Amino acid sequence: MAQISPNTPRRKALRYGVPVAIAGVAAVTAAMVPALADSGSPDLPKITAKDLVKKMAKSDVDQISGTVKIETDLGLPSLPGSSGGQGGGLFGGRHGGPDEEKGKDSGDSGDSGDGKSSAAPQEKLMQLASGEHRLRVASDGPDKQRLSVVEDAAEYSLVRNGGELWAYDSASNTAWHSDLPQGDAKKSPRHGGMADLTPDKVAKEALEAAEKSGTSVSVDGTAKVAGRDAYQLVLKPKGKGAADSTVKEIRIAVDGDNGAPLKFTLSPKEGGKAAVDVAYTKVDFGKPSASTFDFKPPKGTKVTEGKLDRKARGAERNAKPDLTGFGILGGDVSDWGKVAKIDMPRVAGSLIDKDKIQVPPNGLSVDGKGGAQIEKFLDGLTDEVKGDFGTGRVFHTRMVNALMTEDGTLYVGAVSKDGLLKAANADAK
Amino acid sequence: MSLAEPEAGTGAGAEEAARAGSAARTGAAAASRPVSPLWSLGFLRSELITTFRRWRTLALFGVLALVPVLVGVAVKIETSGGGTVGGGDGDGPAFISQVTNNGLFLVFTSLAATLPFFLPMTVGVIAGDAVAGEANAGTLRYLLVAPAGRTRLLLAKFTTVLAFCLTATLVVAVSALATGALLFPVGEVTLLSGTSVPFGEGLLRALLVAALVAASLIGLAAVGLFISTLTNSGIAAMAATVGLLITVQIVNSIPQLHDIHPYLFPNYWLSFADVLRDPIYWDDLLKNLGLQGVYGAVFASAAWARFTTKDITA
Repeated sequence: MAQISPNTPRRKALRYGVPVAIAGVAAVTAAMVPALADSGSPDLPKITAKDLVKKMAKSDVDQISGTVKIETDLGLPSLPGSSGGQGGGLFGGRHGGPDEEKGKDSGDSGDSGDGKSSAAPQEKLMQLASGEHRLRVASDGPDKQRLSVVEDAAEYSLVRNGGELWAYDSASNTAWHSDLPQGDAKKSPRHGGMADLTPDKVAKEALEAAEKSGTSVSVDGTAKVAGRDAYQLVLKPKGKGAADSTVKEIRIAVDGDNGAPLKFTLSPKEGGKAAVDVAYTKVDFGKPSASTFDFKPPKGTKVTEGKLDRKARGAERNAKPDLTGFGILGGDVSDWGKVAKIDMPRVAGSLIDKDKIQVPPNGLSVDGKGGAQIEKFLDGLTDEVKGDFGTGRVFHTRMVNALMTEDGTLYVGAVSKDGLLKAANADAK
Repeated sequence: MSLAEPEAGTGAGAEEAARAGSAARTGAAAASRPVSPLWSLGFLRSELITTFRRWRTLALFGVLALVPVLVGVAVKIETSGGGTVGGGDGDGPAFISQVTNNGLFLVFTSLAATLPFFLPMTVGVIAGDAVAGEANAGTLRYLLVAPAGRTRLLLAKFTTVLAFCLTATLVVAVSALATGALLFPVGEVTLLSGTSVPFGEGLLRALLVAALVAASLIGLAAVGLFISTLTNSGIAAMAATVGLLITVQIVNSIPQLHDIHPYLFPNYWLSFADVLRDPIYWDDLLKNLGLQGVYGAVFASAAWARFTTKDITA
């Protein structure tokens, strides 16, 4: 009773062609659709760099909602901050570990000794500084904002409505509440720490800094971002520091219609993936519904009262430099090749105050006694160098190089290793 | 799979023969008049009844129904002293910290707990057995005696497997809902974004979640069916399907292989959680449905190509 198939080999091949064809069509579609949606150069009237910057400055997009993708690949988990701050502020004192990306370490907040609830915003915002994250943002005027970090089966929301700031962490079902000082709300509407993370803010800050430093600003064609036609503003280092800078270029996509920045990309000279890539994947300039900014703590949620005091705000600012810092975007920078010098405070027996600096990945502090094992471990992470500054170790990443000399001086800059050594040598003389 | 019952040879054999007979009868009736839609429905119905009446299938449903009960009781015991689950820092399966506030969350916790392995494993068993099991028991050729055609038989088999996906998901969801309502308070549902919605809407979202979870299994069901047409051994097909599932899940959890993850069928499985955001975050949900659709189409058509051209000797 066996059923011998009557089909000829040719028909057989024809039938197997069906799944192959479906797979092929699917593969082509998958490759083409995103490419078509977000590439190509839309036709926009020509514009000069100056006019485009003016357009951005004039742009006053207050009502916006959308999805933002943040990709950060700095080559290290936690980065020393901008060159503009004081010694203490430079390192933020936060425990940045490789596990930051997973968004599961919210429980660690107890370690920092502030007694903050796990829903407190500082820790969460720090996590955005490494890895890939998706945010949903909404803004309606200067004092209504919402930012949600989309995590796996969890979400972290930060809602600002007038003088109130709420944070809610669904993974731990905890909430955090703070009253914003009224004057503050009026004075600096964009410094709430949430708008800082939209491409809008990041790009604006970059532009201000670019005017002061030796930066070439040009318009390089057009692009499509989140389905909108945009100009591409390109900032490139020029002048004396340019040769040493690790920054190749900063690219900002500006909405051709209303001048709102839609995408911010920082490319390293080393090539490869962008070091920082903040972009809207969806954007809507309509008025978000009022309920978006209504937040009442859900029943059964533990609420912690917090205060955004100076210290906390400092920490928040430190969460930012990883996106905007590297001594390029700070207020007083005039040179792309700038190197920061820090004299590390000596703490009994150790070269480095381990609360202030951590050598990734394990937060290993350099012990003055220098065990052989630690020495070996350090060799894996850093290169020993000699120069006019004595002997030191260079920690190299794609964007930032740091040199720690034996006498406890730290040089940090968004410059190449050679540039850093040159600066250190010049300094030692 | 030790669940393969020893009486399959005799009991199922007789059953299959009867089924083939009924299919033949409907087939003969259909041959004399224009093809009626009931014709294939009758065939499908007999397939459904055979599959869902098997002890093996019922045992799988039983195990699936037990999971939410276990999770619910464990959470109840752990929190009876006033503590929180997992220390309140978000450890453990997704949503577990919300279960004590609202029993409805047991549905989401249970689905999140069973979706990575448990649910797909049962699908692998049913899908892997679909054709190869018949061949193994020597009943496949009886089925083909009926002038139903191989394509139609395969279609009925695939539909049955998909029906199993939906039923299995609903078994978990309903069992979780019952357990949750029994052990914990129900009421306003807190979404992941911190907004609260009435219980009715929460229930609707739970239904949507269940549908999406069931749809998430389409890809694996098609893969299992394809594997099932490759061999004449039911056990081998089941083992291969489940083994493939485990392999893919392991690959999917290796961060170094991040670049290929978007093309693996389980990659967006847990995206059903996005239904609980406010507003619903559709990006990954749609990606998941698209991916399942592609896997379903490719492997179902591959199964068709294989099944309609191979020699059936058993």
